[in-house]
Amino acid sequence: MRRRLLPLLALLGAWAAGIALLRRTAGGRRERVDLYFEDGSMQSLSNGAPDAARLLPLARAALNAARGG
Amino acid sequence: MTAEQALSDLTEISSQVEAAALFDAKGKVAASTLADGEPFVRAVQDLLAAAAEARQGSLNQLEASTGEGSVFVVRDGDSYIAATTAPEPTVALVFYDLKTALRAAASEPAAKKAPRRRTPKKKPEADGDAT
Repeated sequence: MRRRLLPLLALLGAWAAGIALLRRTAGGRRERVDLYFEDGSMQSLSNGAPDAARLLPLARAALNAARGG
Repeated sequence: MTAEQALSDLTEISSQVEAAALFDAKGKVAASTLADGEPFVRAVQDLLAAAAEARQGSLNQLEASTGEGSVFVVRDGDSYIAATTAPEPTVALVFYDLKTALRAAASEPAAKKAPRRRTPKKKPEADGDAT
């Protein structure tokens, strides 16, 4: 009985880890602010950074204004 | 090309752009795809002001990517174009299209300043002397 359960548990564990990794990767790519400057430099503020926490709600407000929300 | 025409071309070319507005540094809306572009432009200006506080330097472009969609802003001197897209857009392509639209709209005053004049052709003098 234990032998039959082990592969199933391993499969479930791998599936959960895969979902968690996907969500983390996709979430990280989704929520960020990229700033491009005249001197050619670029700064990416990803979700979690203090500046991003200030800018992302303003971006959402702009989206809502454009969508009439 | 007028600002309205530039935005019309932009939305025709770029299927990713949902809404867009052209405005100046003071927030005066030159053209918008929205019925009332002012609330959107005000919100974009708040975003730009907060971004300028985040880091010193002259900001040229901005992309804010959220789960609900993205906000793009491109500046050329005192002229700005801002646009919104659905989530996960093709960033480089949207920036390219916005820059093209901004340049097209900026070319409007230059075209008005220097209209091409056609000088009338002189009539051949020999016609009058024939009599």
